[in-house]
Amino acid sequence: MRVRPLRYWLQLGLTLLVCAFLVVPVFMSILAGVTQNYFIGVKSGLTLRWVGEVWTLYSDTIWRSIYIALATLAVTLALGIPAAYALARAQSRWTRWIEELLTLPIAVPGLATALALILLYGQWRDFRASWLFILVGHVLFTLPFMVRSVLAVMLAVDLRTLEEAAASLGASFRERFLGVILPNVRPGIVAGSLMVVTLSMGEFNMTWMLHTPLTKTLPVGLADSYASMRLEIGSAYTLIFLLMIVPLLVGLQWAAGRVERSRA
Amino acid sequence: MAVAIHLENCGKTFPDGTRALEPIDVRIAAGETIVVLGPSGCGKTTLLRIIAGLESPDAGGRVLFDTEDVTPEPIEQRGVGMVFQSYALFPNMSVAENVGYGLRVRKWPREEREQRVTEMLGLVDLAKLGARRVDQLSGGQKQRVALARALAIRPRVLLLDEPLTALDAKLREQLRVEIDRLLSHLGITSIYVTHDQSEAMALGDRIIVMEKGRIAQTGTPQEIYHHPATAFVADFIGTMNRIVRDGREFMFRPEDARIVPAGSHDLEAKVISSFFLGDHTRLAVDAGAAAPIIVETTERREWPRDETVYLAIAPGALLPVPGEAP
Repeated sequence: MRVRPLRYWLQLGLTLLVCAFLVVPVFMSILAGVTQNYFIGVKSGLTLRWVGEVWTLYSDTIWRSIYIALATLAVTLALGIPAAYALARAQSRWTRWIEELLTLPIAVPGLATALALILLYGQWRDFRASWLFILVGHVLFTLPFMVRSVLAVMLAVDLRTLEEAAASLGASFRERFLGVILPNVRPGIVAGSLMVVTLSMGEFNMTWMLHTPLTKTLPVGLADSYASMRLEIGSAYTLIFLLMIVPLLVGLQWAAGRVERSRA
Repeated sequence: MAVAIHLENCGKTFPDGTRALEPIDVRIAAGETIVVLGPSGCGKTTLLRIIAGLESPDAGGRVLFDTEDVTPEPIEQRGVGMVFQSYALFPNMSVAENVGYGLRVRKWPREEREQRVTEMLGLVDLAKLGARRVDQLSGGQKQRVALARALAIRPRVLLLDEPLTALDAKLREQLRVEIDRLLSHLGITSIYVTHDQSEAMALGDRIIVMEKGRIAQTGTPQEIYHHPATAFVADFIGTMNRIVRDGREFMFRPEDARIVPAGSHDLEAKVISSFFLGDHTRLAVDAGAAAPIIVETTERREWPRDETVYLAIAPGALLPVPGEAP
């Protein structure tokens, strides 16, 4: 075996140390979620009891998070794709301004956005109390990601000429949009969708301000369990959250890779 | 059926106020191949897009296909086939699906559609590539697919926007010959936009030379080459030499000058540089004019610098320089 310089071992050691620093707490938390008694430790035995408890206590927040994420996705698709299309077709100084403005909800803290929503719509009791109120907040927060993701692909594939070619062959706007535009920006739509679902699923900041006791989402429930339940239940809850969010993150990486390739 | 095209008083001013096209009149005969030639920004692409229906002319302009006024019709109703510089093939479809797209939109039954696609792919020599994805094709193949796709719908007019510009020189030559064969075989009215004068000369029944949004000259390749109407046309197409005689400026083409023995010559000049090009040698010589004079010779010998050569200019080849266009 060839002899590595000392620097190599130092760098490797440092890298592993940093990884451990990041990963060990997550691992400990997962372990805590399936341990009989965390204070005694793993030797007290492994169990799924806490996961079961989480399910009876908090399954409503899990379902709510899933359908809010899906509803957010539906709304951002319906608003985001036409918006991206309009921006792609009308490239000018103004549209670049709008693109910049679109990033504003990302830069403004979620708490501030939530406060603004409450000030503006808070007096509409039924709306304030329903999950739709959270949906509005999530759409506001995630729409820019959808628009930018779709717009990037639209600008990369020279949409205008493709559409002109389709039009010259007799295709109406509807035929062009469904048959040529949507299929060719699919990588951007997929990447944007995964991003929106992941963000909506994990959003805490704004949702914490917007929720009512009857409209808790998973991350809000998580905070609640950390504050008021035993450690094992909070940990088991985290485990469930990770099981839901990690596949989405992996999918996001894969979709982003496809967008890169389509632009190459 | 080939249609005649008549552009009546068609100008184009963009919303920001730039005048891309001065109001012009153009008549294109049925079945004619017309090449619109000019440098970039001369308005040739705008002219093509007005015929296509991708731009509408300024108020007062009309586009007629035969006697039908198509000005208010959008492109999808005009029945025009279009070929773009960037190919514009649909990446989400195979070669055959691309060629059949216009027929699918027209709701042709599947069987007839497949038959037509096979026929079109045969026409452009791509019979075996129907199942390929478009990103697996070379540039030349892509443009042939685009041609087949545009022709499949039996368009009334074929519009080509710099179709060869993205290709390398050898492919360009090859595809140009192929397009020429196709156009004369199909007898379809075609408008071909290019900035390349050799393409224009080779393909056009007639050429429209454009400059700054105006038509500088319309005519057959021979007319344009031998009787340029303006100094711009003379310089844009081919090489033109200029000399001063009796206080007036004249011009002539390199091939109209011959190197002759002293005595029977019109001009005496000194060799500045020589370029051996295989079948001939191109000489730049100094005859006391403002710019060097270019002559060509097939004589097989060296042309040392500062050698004195004697030139005879073919009778009738000397043209007075036309006044600049107003």
